[in-house]
Amino acid sequence: MSDWIEITQLDEIPVLGSRVVKTDDMDIAIFRTSDDRIFAVKDACPHKQGPLSQGIVHGTSVTCPLHSWKIDLASGEALGADEGCTNVYDTKVENNMVYLRMPVD
Amino acid sequence: MKQNLVLIGNGMAGVRTLEEVLKLEPEKYNITVFGEEPYGNYNRIMLSPVLASEKTIDEIMLNDEQWYSDNNITLHKGIKVTGINRARREVIGEDGTTAPYDRLIIATGSTPFMLPIPGADKYGVIGFRDISDVDTMLEASGKYNKAVVIGGGLLGLEAANGLMKQGMDVTVVHLMDRLMERQLDKPAAKMLQKSLESRGMKFLMEHATEEILGDERITGLRFKDGTEIKADLLVMAVGIKPNFTLGQESGLHCERGIVVNDTMQTFDPRIYAVGECVQHRGIVYGLVAPLFEQAKVAANHLVEHGIGRYEGTVTSTKLKVTGIELFSAGDFSGDEHTEEMVFQDIAGGNYKKLVVRDNKIIGAVLYGDTIDGTWYFQMMKDGTDISEFRNTVLFGQHHLGDSGHGDETRVAAMADSAEICGCNGICKGDIVNAITEKKLFTLDDVRAHTKASASCGSCTGLVESLLAHTLGGDYEDAPSKKPMCGCTDYTHDEVRSGMIQHELKTMPAVRDFFEWKTPDGCPACRNALNYYLLCAYPEEYEDDSQSRFINERAHGNIQKDGSYSVVPRMFGGLCTPSDLRAIADVADKYNVPEMKVTGGQRIDMFGIQKEDLPAMWKDLSEAGFVSGHAYGKAMRTCKTCVGDTWCRMGTQDSTGLGVKLEELTWGSWMPHKYKLAVSGCPRNCAEATIKDFGVVCVESGYELHVGGNGGIKVRVTDFLTKVETEDEVLEYCGAFSQLYREDAHYLERTAPWVERVGLKKIKKAIIDDEKNRKALHARFLISQKPAQIDPWKAHADGKNANEFAPIVIT
Repeated sequence: MSDWIEITQLDEIPVLGSRVVKTDDMDIAIFRTSDDRIFAVKDACPHKQGPLSQGIVHGTSVTCPLHSWKIDLASGEALGADEGCTNVYDTKVENNMVYLRMPVD
Repeated sequence: MKQNLVLIGNGMAGVRTLEEVLKLEPEKYNITVFGEEPYGNYNRIMLSPVLASEKTIDEIMLNDEQWYSDNNITLHKGIKVTGINRARREVIGEDGTTAPYDRLIIATGSTPFMLPIPGADKYGVIGFRDISDVDTMLEASGKYNKAVVIGGGLLGLEAANGLMKQGMDVTVVHLMDRLMERQLDKPAAKMLQKSLESRGMKFLMEHATEEILGDERITGLRFKDGTEIKADLLVMAVGIKPNFTLGQESGLHCERGIVVNDTMQTFDPRIYAVGECVQHRGIVYGLVAPLFEQAKVAANHLVEHGIGRYEGTVTSTKLKVTGIELFSAGDFSGDEHTEEMVFQDIAGGNYKKLVVRDNKIIGAVLYGDTIDGTWYFQMMKDGTDISEFRNTVLFGQHHLGDSGHGDETRVAAMADSAEICGCNGICKGDIVNAITEKKLFTLDDVRAHTKASASCGSCTGLVESLLAHTLGGDYEDAPSKKPMCGCTDYTHDEVRSGMIQHELKTMPAVRDFFEWKTPDGCPACRNALNYYLLCAYPEEYEDDSQSRFINERAHGNIQKDGSYSVVPRMFGGLCTPSDLRAIADVADKYNVPEMKVTGGQRIDMFGIQKEDLPAMWKDLSEAGFVSGHAYGKAMRTCKTCVGDTWCRMGTQDSTGLGVKLEELTWGSWMPHKYKLAVSGCPRNCAEATIKDFGVVCVESGYELHVGGNGGIKVRVTDFLTKVETEDEVLEYCGAFSQLYREDAHYLERTAPWVERVGLKKIKKAIIDDEKNRKALHARFLISQKPAQIDPWKAHADGKNANEFAPIVIT
């Protein structure tokens, strides 16, 4: 089983922007789209581990700042002709609070 | 309820239209395709290499049957359409198959023109158009020896070459006195003929065929002059005629082809026509490049986006005979109002001719070295004024590709292992394989699949040449106008002028007005629009940090490990002991792992964690430093030499002037990075002649140079003018900077900008027109007011703090 973890107020994440969540063993990037949907992916591009949190968000994808791979935020898959995938995590927003669900091993 | 879309003609133009439709709105139509040939869609212009055994049929298939089923397209192959019932909106096939349509595309292409001479119906007399013709030729080459090709044009020569490769004895019969008379002038045609003769091809020039001899099968030809020649196979390649019978019988207006308007619609607006069966603005095209543009426009209209218009295509041709490089475009013969520029080295096998009218290239013929064909062709289409580089234009765009490639830029001669893209380590073989295996057509395709030319772009010319070389020259993806990005069909210039004309002051307003296809745009257009708005409305527009690349959002350069670098500004490269001490203290305090002196005469600190940036900036700010903008599409540095304060050669105070210039321009956002330099004498120790704006001091004043580049493609500046005082230098610098800011496309450095618009235009705006110069300078000063608020201090004071602070959970 797994638990929802309180992350931050929705307003603390910029529209079309991101925040980095640091956990004990990795960084997770939390994104907010223009229609206020929230996505969470591992903050590492499948290409060369670039910090996706630092990329530009458009639609429901983010473009990696290092070599411009485009990653689908919902699936973590690379879009276009590139091939690769990064982990995605469940999120939800309740009463303006953003929650993240971490898998438990 | 989905509508029905029917395509008649399963060839390149029609299927390309479907592909464009599927790309835009995959769910809009139920699609049905009728094709006369028993195959999927193949690359017809690659039939010549198939005939020459350089390629197989499989290699030239563009869409196999899987593609049709993957896209839920009903394919009726091998079925000829015999009628269109426009009243019932129904297509009828020869076997009785019917298909209802809401929209119909006719792409029936063309057929070879067969000379109406006696005996033309004998066995062994064929055209050169489809796979079955190639099969006939291959079969004949196994059984017979003598082949004759009538027609010394592009197709005829390719057929003759292929037959020769199959071991046949081939004679080309041509009515005119020179080969490819529609593409080549006399000298080039002569060179081509000689080269083909040396490979064993025979020619009978100025020969008209009177009769084809033989009983059931051809045995020979008799000419009008009474002479005869033996032949077991005759290929007629004298031209094509558009296939418009079906259109005509259905009552559509036809002349030499099915007449269409600029949205590719026929007389019946439910019926579109594309490709070689079409007559547009009086022109019937027989090449591939126009088809792609037509397909795009038709598709755009079919999905009811309704903004594309087809306005005709300037075409170029390239002969696909291995080992012979030949390029032709536009009006190569000229008239009394044109001039010719010719480079001729018959023995060396090189010939170049450009036809020029009013300093613009209107035609080109290249034989031997054709690497610059794409460049000349681009200038033809852009109407580039060549007056500034007339004396070297014939020698080609010698900086094509990376500096140092030199003669190796001839892509054809390069080994498969030759590295084309130095950034990503992509070799010629990788690119050629990707082009053939993945059926890539455009530069963007190649970039997406191989990454070649996707980073710094310096190998773009090479990749384009490879694309042309691999696919055949008429494949150039050369839309007459280039949209800003995939989100819009409008160009940079159209968006920018529309933005100002209609006073669009926010990004959503611009996207809304120009009917953007994506809700938020993409990284390319967001950055560009943010800059354009900032440039147009410096006092009102609120910068959108989410529409900036991370470097500009975090005011540091992101490094490969995700850390950042910090470069404080050192005006003119000058510094004091206490400046250096302050930087050293900051470096100690934040455990900076590495420091380096930059080429722009300042100090770079590497390996800074993002969350440490604001505190570090605070310390630097308190020591008097501002951001060096070493990370931005912005004014970077002003490099200086020592000048007359110390140097025995110095003529002016170059250091002092450098400081003033940097004080004037720092903080300014630009279309791309922008560097300045001031040298104290013509020895030019500050390398001012490879900068965007460079000053070379002389005894009598200051020489101003613009448009230089020391990076991707080294380019020496153009001389702008000479002035007498420092105040003038500052005014000209402000004016030039502002002109560049207002006129260049986003991500276009001054060097390509100057080449694109021409130095003449820049001189006219800045040198000849004093009032305009002062106005430009004044606008630059206005835009500098908000721009010279130091971003580091602002962030140290808490601006945008969320950007830098991670959320920690345990």
